[in-house]
Amino acid sequence: MTLRELLSEIATPDRQADRVVPPSGHTAWLTGFTAGTMAFLAVFALALSLAAGRLADRWGEALERTATIRISAPEEQMELQTRAVLDLLATTPGVASARALTDAEEHALLEPWFGSDLPLDTLPIPRLIELQEEGEGYDAQGLRQRLAAEAPGAVLDDHLRWRQPLAIAASRLRLLGGVSILLILASTAAMITLAAHASLAANAKVIGVLRLVGARDIYIARAFVRRFTLRALTGAAVGTGAGLLAVALLPSADAAGGFLTGLGFQGAGWLLPLLLPPVAAVTAFLATRAAAFRKLKELT
Amino acid sequence: MIAFDNVAYSYGGGELLSEISLRLTPGSFHFLTGPSGSGKSTFLKLCYAELLPTAGSVTIFDREVRSLGRDEVARMRRRVGVVHQDCQFLDHLPLAANVTLPLAVTGRETNAQDLADLMAWVGLGQLADALPPALSGGERQRAAVARAIITSPDVLLADEPTGNLDWEMSLRLLKLLVELNRMGTTILVATHDLNLIRNAKQQVAARVLRISNRRIQLAGADL
Ligand SMILES: Nc1ncnc2c1ncn2[C@@H]1O[C@H](COP(=O)(O)OP(=O)(O)OP(=O)(O)O)[C@@H](O)[C@H]1O
Ligand SMILES: [Mg+2]
Repeated sequence: MTLRELLSEIATPDRQADRVVPPSGHTAWLTGFTAGTMAFLAVFALALSLAAGRLADRWGEALERTATIRISAPEEQMELQTRAVLDLLATTPGVASARALTDAEEHALLEPWFGSDLPLDTLPIPRLIELQEEGEGYDAQGLRQRLAAEAPGAVLDDHLRWRQPLAIAASRLRLLGGVSILLILASTAAMITLAAHASLAANAKVIGVLRLVGARDIYIARAFVRRFTLRALTGAAVGTGAGLLAVALLPSADAAGGFLTGLGFQGAGWLLPLLLPPVAAVTAFLATRAAAFRKLKELT
Repeated sequence: MIAFDNVAYSYGGGELLSEISLRLTPGSFHFLTGPSGSGKSTFLKLCYAELLPTAGSVTIFDREVRSLGRDEVARMRRRVGVVHQDCQFLDHLPLAANVTLPLAVTGRETNAQDLADLMAWVGLGQLADALPPALSGGERQRAAVARAIITSPDVLLADEPTGNLDWEMSLRLLKLLVELNRMGTTILVATHDLNLIRNAKQQVAARVLRISNRRIQLAGADL
């Protein structure tokens, strides 16, 4: 089976070949409905997967496996404690590197909060030490105890660490979205196979007549395959359209604030669901074709 | 054309046909007779590979039927016109479309005039647009004959084609078969109708095969 074969199968209607199989009222409707429902669900699975992906990326970036140590000490002890903390970090397993921020860097950090005209030099600003984790990371509890002993003014701030499980959950969610889409495709294929089998069985007499007058399996199969492919295409197109509309109508997440980016599609992401109808059509084509050839051998 | 070599057939119980060896040569005209239930229809089905022999070998157009793939069976059937005893049609299509079906499934066009002539000859000129379920038994039989010969097949196998026809129509149909035979078509007709056979013998060198006791024998001239 080539793509060209598939396209010509759908695009060049052979009126005669289509007519040899009697119109099949409700199975036609059911196939379209199934494809539509599945496409509708797939749109949401896709949206979920993409949104989870964005979250995972953002949180993963934010983590960057860094932490800060804040030292608040009287002026004269500052230098001493800073040195002590840096020495201590140099021997702490799981810490790749550590360095004290310069005054200029600290000013730059504070500027957005206090403005540039604040006389920072006169204020007792804590000294900040930035550290990079490596490997399994450091033992936060142990580090805190050692800090308390060596530099009483030092406080470990690892507030970003709590995001780690969230970032993992988000990428898990992205994976689940992908798996859902595959499962939806598989059930679409299964349902269309069942419908095609039923349709072929219901037309056993027609198939008998066609075989008698010398029709090849491919000719008989074509009438069924075309029908199911077109139904799946139409159904999936409607389902995708409805799904996209529903996603577009979701309330904007920005209004709710926070770091949730919402379940919507962004930018080129809106184009991705448009692949669903063709994918459904290809799935129906392959499923019906396989079912038809198998069933034809059974019937005659 | 069609050759049976020591063929036996059974539907699962005892053998219905045994030790059948015969040959339908090109251009021959045969009748097949025998009591009801003796296996006439079964024999015809063996002739176009709807049934495969349970023993021995059937050769159609020089190919052993068991060696034929599904597509090859389809291609073989295009050279064989078959009139089923229980004429089956596509009930949702008008008669004309049913009659031209053998052409349609091979993508061939139908010559409208040829179709009209054929339908008129079998007395169905007025019924081209009728749906098969609305036809009488005799009309269905004639339509089945028309469908079987529209491709000008090399072989025509007809199972009781005149079973439901009046004598006049039977003769008309016979004339058609004789004409086809003169043009080279190999013909095998299963029938109970001895009058038809007698009448045919006056027109062509028809031979009679008779099934009795599970065997098929050439009947003598005593008919
Ligand atoms: N599909 C089948 N399964 C089992 N037995 C069958 C089948 N078809 C036919 N038979 C049996 O085989 C025997 C021969 O049937 P067949 O139709 O060949 O007879 P026939 O000579 O054509 O009879 P008729 O003159 O009534 O048409 C019959 O006894 C019939 O019951
Ligand atoms: Mg019979």
